[in-house]
Amino acid sequence: MSQMNNGKNAPMIPLKNFIGFLLSLILTFAALFLGMAHVLSFGAVLFIILVLAVLQIVVQLYFFMHFTESDGPKFHIVGLAIGLIFVISIIAGSLWVMTFNSQAL
Amino acid sequence: MSTAAHNANHSNGSSVNESPKYKGKVLPLEYTSHEGPLNILGFWLFLATDLILFGCLFATYFVIRTHVDGGINDKELFDNISGFTTETVILLTSSFTSSLAIFAMRNNNKKRLIGWLIVTVLLGLSFVGLELREFIDYASQGYTMQRSAFLSGFFTLVGTHGAHVSLGIIWMISTITQIARYGIDSITARKTFIVSLYWHFLDIVWVFIFSVVYMTGVIS
Repeated sequence: MSQMNNGKNAPMIPLKNFIGFLLSLILTFAALFLGMAHVLSFGAVLFIILVLAVLQIVVQLYFFMHFTESDGPKFHIVGLAIGLIFVISIIAGSLWVMTFNSQAL
Repeated sequence: MSTAAHNANHSNGSSVNESPKYKGKVLPLEYTSHEGPLNILGFWLFLATDLILFGCLFATYFVIRTHVDGGINDKELFDNISGFTTETVILLTSSFTSSLAIFAMRNNNKKRLIGWLIVTVLLGLSFVGLELREFIDYASQGYTMQRSAFLSGFFTLVGTHGAHVSLGIIWMISTITQIARYGIDSITARKTFIVSLYWHFLDIVWVFIFSVVYMTGVIS
C-alpha cells in the first residue's frame, strides 16, 4: 500500500522489489555452489537446498506477491496453508510408503 | 463481452472516488470494485489447488527418480549446469519484472506497466524456447519419455510447468492488449494483478524443479 500514489515521479525500480530480486538470486546461487562443492553428504545438501527453496517462496510472497494485502480478513492465507498441508502430506506420505518397496529411493 | 458492456462495467468499477480503505490503508485499484477482491481471493485458492497438482508430480518424480531401467540417470542427464541455471535466472528475472509492472500500475503509469509486461513476456518466451531446446536435445540422444520411469517423471513434471508458462504468456499478451485498449481501471488492474500472481507462482514451482530435479541430480 505504501507503493501507491507516487505518481509519474516514482522510481522505475523500487528498493523493495530490487532487494527481493537480489535475495532470490543469492538463494539460487547459494544452492548451486553448495551443490557443486560436493563437501557434504547427499542428504545434508538436499536438506539445505530445500530450506533455501522455502526461503525463496517467502521472498516471492513478501517482496513480489503482496501477500499481506486484502480488503478484509486474509482468507487467502488460510487457503494457501491448507494447500500446503495437503502438499506436504502427499509428498511425505508418498516417500514414506515407497520406502517399503525395496527398489525405491 | 461486447465493448459496450465492457465500458459499462468499467465506468461502474471506477466510479468509486472516495478511495476505499481497510484498517486505515487506502486499497489498491484492483480491490475497489465489488468483484475485484473476490476474484483475487478465488485466484489464491486456485493457486493452492495448482500447488497440489505439482505436489503430486514432485512426489512421483522423487519416488521414481532412481528407476532408470539401465539407462541414463539424473546425474548424467543434468551434468551440464549452464542450461538449467540460465533458465532459472531468466525466470527469476521475469518474476522481478512482473513485480515492477504491478508497481508501475499502482503509480498509474500505463506506459511503464505495458513496457514491463512486454519484458516479462519476452523473458517467458526465451525460457520456453530454452526448455524446448533442452527437451529436443534430450530426445535426439534417445532420452525420451518412453525410455524409463525416471524420464517419464522428468518430462511430466517439467513439461507441466512449461505448459503453465506457455499459457501464462498467452494470458499476459491478452492482458497487455486490454490495458492498451481500456487503460488502467479497476477491471484491467484486477486482471493484471492476477496474471502477475500466476507468474510469481510459476517462478516458485520452478525454484523447486531447480532444487528437487536438477540440483538433486548434480549432488547425487
